[in-house]
Amino acid sequence: MRPFEWADATSVEQAVSLTVKGSAFKAGGVDLVDLMKERLFEPSRIINLNTMPDWNFIKDDASAGLKIGPLVTLAQLSEHDAIRKRYTALAQAAGHAATPQIRNMATLGGNLLQRPRCWYFRHEEFHCRKKGGERCFAQDGENQYHAIFNNSLCAIVHPSATATPLIAMGATLDISGKAKRTVPAEEFFTLPSVDLHRENQLEPGELITQINVPAPSANARSFYIKQGEKESFDWPVAEIAAVLEMDGDTCKKASIVLGAAAPVPRRAKEAEAALTGQKIDEKTTRAAAEAALKEATPLANNGYKVPLLRVVIARAILAAARGEGAA
Amino acid sequence: MSNRTDRGGLSRRGFLKGAGVAAATTALLDRSVEALAQENKESRSVVGPGAVAITLKVNGQHKDFQIEPSATLAEVLRVHADMTGTKIVCDRGSCSACTVWIDGKTVCSCMTLAMDARGREIKTIEGLAQGEHLHPVQEQFIEHDAMQCGFCTPGMIMSCANLLERNKQPTLDDVKQACSGNLCRCGTYPRVFEATLAAAKQMKGGNGNA
Repeated sequence: MRPFEWADATSVEQAVSLTVKGSAFKAGGVDLVDLMKERLFEPSRIINLNTMPDWNFIKDDASAGLKIGPLVTLAQLSEHDAIRKRYTALAQAAGHAATPQIRNMATLGGNLLQRPRCWYFRHEEFHCRKKGGERCFAQDGENQYHAIFNNSLCAIVHPSATATPLIAMGATLDISGKAKRTVPAEEFFTLPSVDLHRENQLEPGELITQINVPAPSANARSFYIKQGEKESFDWPVAEIAAVLEMDGDTCKKASIVLGAAAPVPRRAKEAEAALTGQKIDEKTTRAAAEAALKEATPLANNGYKVPLLRVVIARAILAAARGEGAA
Repeated sequence: MSNRTDRGGLSRRGFLKGAGVAAATTALLDRSVEALAQENKESRSVVGPGAVAITLKVNGQHKDFQIEPSATLAEVLRVHADMTGTKIVCDRGSCSACTVWIDGKTVCSCMTLAMDARGREIKTIEGLAQGEHLHPVQEQFIEHDAMQCGFCTPGMIMSCANLLERNKQPTLDDVKQACSGNLCRCGTYPRVFEATLAAAKQMKGGNGNA
């Protein structure tokens, strides 16, 4: 790691005023330390957000919904009773990410802002398009873990497990910098066709200060599935979050988001349309899964993700409809 | 703690630091009071990239260190504190051999900057035994021969002992979950599970020391 300066931040204003060229904000530090060790990012100064007072909170209100501080860890999210019960998919996503150790360290804010895990991006010697180079090495390289949607320019998959359910739940992010703004989580992430060099719209000197999740309606249930190659810790090869508003057996409203499938968490609107107003059974869930995957453009080695997603999408929708997983 | 820390005597780094302070003092005399005030204001909040004085509480004892902000907790424990029980293997948070507890929770010390451990309770494998009495998990690892090369063992024990802090009656699945981040290349997992379940029984029976 290159040496760097260190500053403890105790307010948003101070944190922003401490920014200099090449500085980086740090919360849990898991991804940042990894990037620094790999020499992919060598900040001149780290502005430590772990010293921010009152940035670790979970407030749940029956009508106002959930307010989460950016320093809340994935472990806290996965163990929180109200989140497990009413925001099930979020607890499931947080509880299945990485290892128990990493879940104790990694914060929700940092999880949303991770850089991609593409092995060409993470390798110092591959000057890929995302890093300002001319080509995406995944296009004709080892692309078994890469995107099956929106993958022609840069085939990363978005690495945030929590982003998938947060988008499905209609979450918003409060952002502070020189000014304050609130952005729907669905609009926060950036496709390579919009900007190759970033994965979200956070500007330098801006911070996520709060994550807001609207209260689910009385008959809404959610379910999340992460499919990895092995049962113990692993990165997902397919992810899905399903939020269904039910009226008996019939789906009034569906929100389906796919993870590990595209450079941003992908809202499967075709699947949502296929479910709305339908009785949820094996036939309709299969039809929804087909619809979700219609536009897939797999690469040479990741075609397996299509049938895999077809199964996990259907499973998650059925599980959500049955209210499974709400501990 | 051994006396290996004495081997350096007056280090080159220590000498340079002393010389640096002298040079800075001379320079400061030439500056205006206003500039000094500004500098003081800035220096209060920004430290490094050179060595910074920090205090860490390791296994209940306060220890002072001079470390660069880029030092990881694993490096500080092993190199500066000479506590080599904590192992560094992948150094990327993927194998959990470096597991320690911070405020009672398992973390990867290789991905934790030592600066982030200030003011927190750090527990390492060296702090698990009480005097000559091994922790029940340590005893049962020996009893069940739950190690081969032994390199993952300190991290594995920290994960399993942490589980028993939180859960006095763990199931086999609970144990598997607790060490799901700990890689054992020798594949000794079945013995690790047996040893941990036996330790839980031992602790419940009041034979343990934890």
